[in-house]
Amino acid sequence: MITVLFVAFAAILVVSSLLVILHRSPVASAIFLVLAFCSLAVIYLLLKAEFIGLVQIVVYAGAIMVLFLFVIMYLNLGRDVESGVTIALRRGLGWLLGAVLLAEGVLFLRHGAALGPEAPPPLDPGLGNTQQVGLLLYSRYLFPFEITSMLLLVAMIGAVVIARGRRARVEAGEAAAAGPAGPAAAGEEDA
Amino acid sequence: MNGEAPLLWLIPALPLAAVLVNLAIGHRLGRRAVGWLACGAVGLSFAFAVQAILRLAALPEAQRAAGFTDRVYTWMSVGDFSVAVSFLLDPLSSVMILVVTGVGFLIHVYSTGYMGHDPDYRRFFLYLNLFTFAMLTLVLADNFLFMFVGWEGVGLCSYLLIGFWYQRPSAAEAGKKAFIVNRIGDFGFLLGMFTLVGVTGTLQYLPMFAAAPKVFVAGGSLITAATLLLFLGATGKSAQLPLYTWLPDAMEGPTPVSALIHAATMVTAGVYMVARTHVLFQLAPVSLEVVAWIGAATALFAATIGLAQNDIKRVLAYSTVSQLGYMFMACGVGAFTAGIFHLMTHAFFKALLFLGAGSVIHALSDEQDLRRMGGLAAKLPWTHFTMLMATLAIAGIPPFAGFFSKDEILSGAFASGHRVIWVMGLAGAILTAFYMFRLYILTFRGAPRLTHEAAHHLHESPPSMIVPLFVLAVLSVIGGLVGPPLMEGGHPFARWLAPVFASGAHEGGHAAVHEVPVATEWMLIALSVVVAALGILAAFRSYLWSPETGTRLRERLAGLHRMLLNKYWVDELYDAIAVRPVHGLAQAFWRFWDTKVVDGVVNGVGYTLEGMSAILRLFQTGFVGTYALFFTLGVAALLLHFLRH
Amino acid sequence: MIPLSWLLALSATLFCIGVVGVLVRRNALIIFMSIELMLNAANLAFVAFARHLHSVDGQVIVFFVMTVAAAEVAVGLAIIVNMFRLRETVFVDEINLLKG
Repeated sequence: MITVLFVAFAAILVVSSLLVILHRSPVASAIFLVLAFCSLAVIYLLLKAEFIGLVQIVVYAGAIMVLFLFVIMYLNLGRDVESGVTIALRRGLGWLLGAVLLAEGVLFLRHGAALGPEAPPPLDPGLGNTQQVGLLLYSRYLFPFEITSMLLLVAMIGAVVIARGRRARVEAGEAAAAGPAGPAAAGEEDA
Repeated sequence: MNGEAPLLWLIPALPLAAVLVNLAIGHRLGRRAVGWLACGAVGLSFAFAVQAILRLAALPEAQRAAGFTDRVYTWMSVGDFSVAVSFLLDPLSSVMILVVTGVGFLIHVYSTGYMGHDPDYRRFFLYLNLFTFAMLTLVLADNFLFMFVGWEGVGLCSYLLIGFWYQRPSAAEAGKKAFIVNRIGDFGFLLGMFTLVGVTGTLQYLPMFAAAPKVFVAGGSLITAATLLLFLGATGKSAQLPLYTWLPDAMEGPTPVSALIHAATMVTAGVYMVARTHVLFQLAPVSLEVVAWIGAATALFAATIGLAQNDIKRVLAYSTVSQLGYMFMACGVGAFTAGIFHLMTHAFFKALLFLGAGSVIHALSDEQDLRRMGGLAAKLPWTHFTMLMATLAIAGIPPFAGFFSKDEILSGAFASGHRVIWVMGLAGAILTAFYMFRLYILTFRGAPRLTHEAAHHLHESPPSMIVPLFVLAVLSVIGGLVGPPLMEGGHPFARWLAPVFASGAHEGGHAAVHEVPVATEWMLIALSVVVAALGILAAFRSYLWSPETGTRLRERLAGLHRMLLNKYWVDELYDAIAVRPVHGLAQAFWRFWDTKVVDGVVNGVGYTLEGMSAILRLFQTGFVGTYALFFTLGVAALLLHFLRH
Repeated sequence: MIPLSWLLALSATLFCIGVVGVLVRRNALIIFMSIELMLNAANLAFVAFARHLHSVDGQVIVFFVMTVAAAEVAVGLAIIVNMFRLRETVFVDEINLLKG
C-alpha cells in the first residue's frame, strides 16, 4: 500500500519538477514547483518523517515559494524567449550532462556503494517524531541551532540592505552623517 | 718570535679608528677637529712605529731577520691551509712604516693648510686616513693575502683621491684609468700568488721563503712565471712600463694626494713587494733581469718625456715614474738595499717637490703651467728655498740625499756587470738633472710671465704648509747620510737591512752585489757628479743664461719635441689597441646579446604568459551559465573517477 | 518499507533535473528554483537514510538545510531584484560584467 502511494507521488514529483524547468512562463514554473514540494511532503510522511513533512509545506511551499511568486509578480516577467544557436548549444550540453550525471548515479547505486557506516542508536520509538527531533535539536545539535538563528539574522539584514538599492543607501549614509542636526533637510531632498 | 711583540696592530689601527670616527661624527666636528683627528692619528702611529723599531733595534742582529710577529686572529682556515691577520716587523718593514707614517704625517699637516678652503675637507681626511691604514697594512702584513688586502685598499683610495673633485670629468676619468690599469697588474699579482701557494702550500712570507729553495727548481719555469706575474702587479702599482700611463693622469687629484700616494708611498708598494720577495726573485734570474731592464727602460723613457712637459705636476709625475725605474733597476741587479735606500730618499725629496709645487700652485691661484710662472724666488722665499733643496737632491748632487742612493744604484749596476743598464742609468741621471732644473728655473728664476690675476694674489703659503716643507727639506739634505759609500762592512742603512737581504744571496740563484775596487768606486762617484752637473749647466744655459739657445734647439728638433710632448702617443696607442676594442665588444654585447637575447627571453616570457592568459581568458565569459557548465562537467568527471575505483 | 535504492534513485533523478534546469534556462528565477530542487533532492536522501538507519539525526540535518535554504532564498531574491533594477533584465546571459 505504502509502496503504491510512494510510486504515485514519486511520479507526480518527477513530472512536476520536469515541468518546472521546461515551462516558458515563470509563474507556471513556480506553481509546478509548489506541486513538487507538496508531493515531496507526502513522501516524507510516508517515510515516517512527519515533522519534516509539515515543515516542508510550511517553510518551502508556504514561505519560500510565496516569496518567489512575489518577486516574479513584482518584476512583471513575461514568458521567456529562448532562441539562438548558442542557446541551443548550451541546452544540448546541459541535457547531456544531466543525463551523464544520472547514469553515473544509477551506476553508483548498482555497485551498492550507497550504504554508509553504522548510525547512532535510535531514540525511544514510543515518542512522536516531533518530540524526537526536538530532543535531538536541543541536546546534540544545540550549537548549530543557535548559529542558525544568527544566520537568519544576518540574512535578514543582508536582504534588506541589498534590496534597498544604491541611491537609498547613499542617502541613508548622508542622513547618518548629518546627524540630528539635519534630518529634516535630508528628508526634504529625499523625493 | 722574539719575546713580547710590541702592539704592531696599533700602527694601522689608529688611522682606521680615525676613519671610523670621521665617518660617524665627522660632519658635526669643525675643520680644526677633523684636522687634529686625522693628523693626530697618523702622528700617534708614527710614535708607536718608532717605539716598535727601537724594540727591534734592541734585539741582537741575528734575531732581527725574523723580527716581531703580532698575530691578531685567524682570518680563514680551510683544511690544512690557513691565513691570519698578522703583522711582521723586520728591518725592511720598519723602514717602510717610518716613511709612511713620518712623511704621511707631514703631508697630513700640510693638507690642513692646502685644503683649508675646500668644502669637502672632511671627506679628504677620511680618504687620506683610509689610505694610510691600507698602506700600513700592506707593509706590515706577514702574508701575501693580507698584504693584498692593503694592496687593493691603496688602489681604492688612490681612485677615491684622484677623483676627489669628482665633478670634474677629467678627474673622474683619471680615477677610473688608475683603477683599471692597476687592476691589470693586480690580475698578474693574483696569478703569481696562486702559483706560489699552489707549490709551497702557504702564503706567509717567512715559511714560504724558507721552503722556496727546496720546492722550486732554481731558474725553473714555475718560479720564473710566478715572479714575473708578481712583477706585473708591481708594474701596475708602481707605474712602470707598460702600465705607467695612469700616473701622469693621476695629477688631477689634489697636490697632497700626488705627494703622498703618487710619490712617497703607494707607488713604492711595488718596489717593497719585490724587495720583500727577493728570495723568490733570486731563484729566478730571468725575472730579475726583466725587472732590471724594465726599470732601466722606464727610467730613461719617462725622463725623456719629462723634458718636454709644461705642467709642473706632470713633470714631477714623469720624474716619479723615472725614479721608480731606478729603484726597480737596483732590485733587478741585486742591489736591494740600494733600491730601498732610494725609496726612502725619494720619498723625502719627491714629497717635498710635490708639496712645494702645491705651494706654488696655491700662491698663483691654481696656475699649473710652467710657461706662466717665473721669477717667484723673491716672492715665495720659503717655497723657493725648500724646492731648491729638493731639486739638488733629486739631481744627485752631494751631499744631498739623492746623491747617495742614486750613486749606490749605479754602482750596483756597474758592479754586477750590467754595463748597458749602467749607461742607461747615467743617461737618465743627466736628463733628470736637466729637466728638474728646467722646472726650477722656469718656476722661480728668470723674468715673470704670470697672468695678471696670479700676480695680483701672489702670497707665500701659511705655516701649516711651510713647516712640513722645511722638515722635508732637512730630510732631503741629511737623509742620505745614513748611507755614505765606501764604508767598511757597509754603511749603517745597509747594515740595518742586511738581515733581511742576506738570506737569498746564499741559496741557489743570483748572487749579491759584487765588490768593486775602491778606485773604481771613486771613479763612479765622480762620474755621477759630473753627469749631474752637466745636466744642471745645460738647463741653466737653455733656460736662463741664453734662452734663445733653448728655443732654437726646440725648433730644430720640432718633431722630437712634439713626440716627447705627446708622451710618444702611448695613451693613444693603448686607447686604440685596448680601450676601443673592449668598448666595441661591450657595445656589440649590448646591442646583440643584451637587447636581443636577454631582453628577448625576458620579454618572451612575458609575451608567452600574455598569450597563455589570453587563451585562458576565453573561459572567463562573464556568464554564470558557462561557469555552471564547467562546474557540472567537473562533477561528472569526478564521479566517473570514483566509479572506476 | 520502501527500498532505499528507490528513494536514492528518486533523489538522484530530482537532483539531475535540477542540474539540467540550472544549465539550460536563462531566467535567473528559474535557475534559482532549480537550485531549490537540488536542495530538496538532498533533503530526500537524508530522510531516506534516517528512515533506514532508524535515526532521527538525518531529519535534524534536513531541518537545518531548510532554514539555510530559506535564508539563501531571501538574500538571492534580493540580489536578483537589484540586478533587475540595474540591467532591466533577469536573463543571466545578458549580464557579463565579470568578463575577463
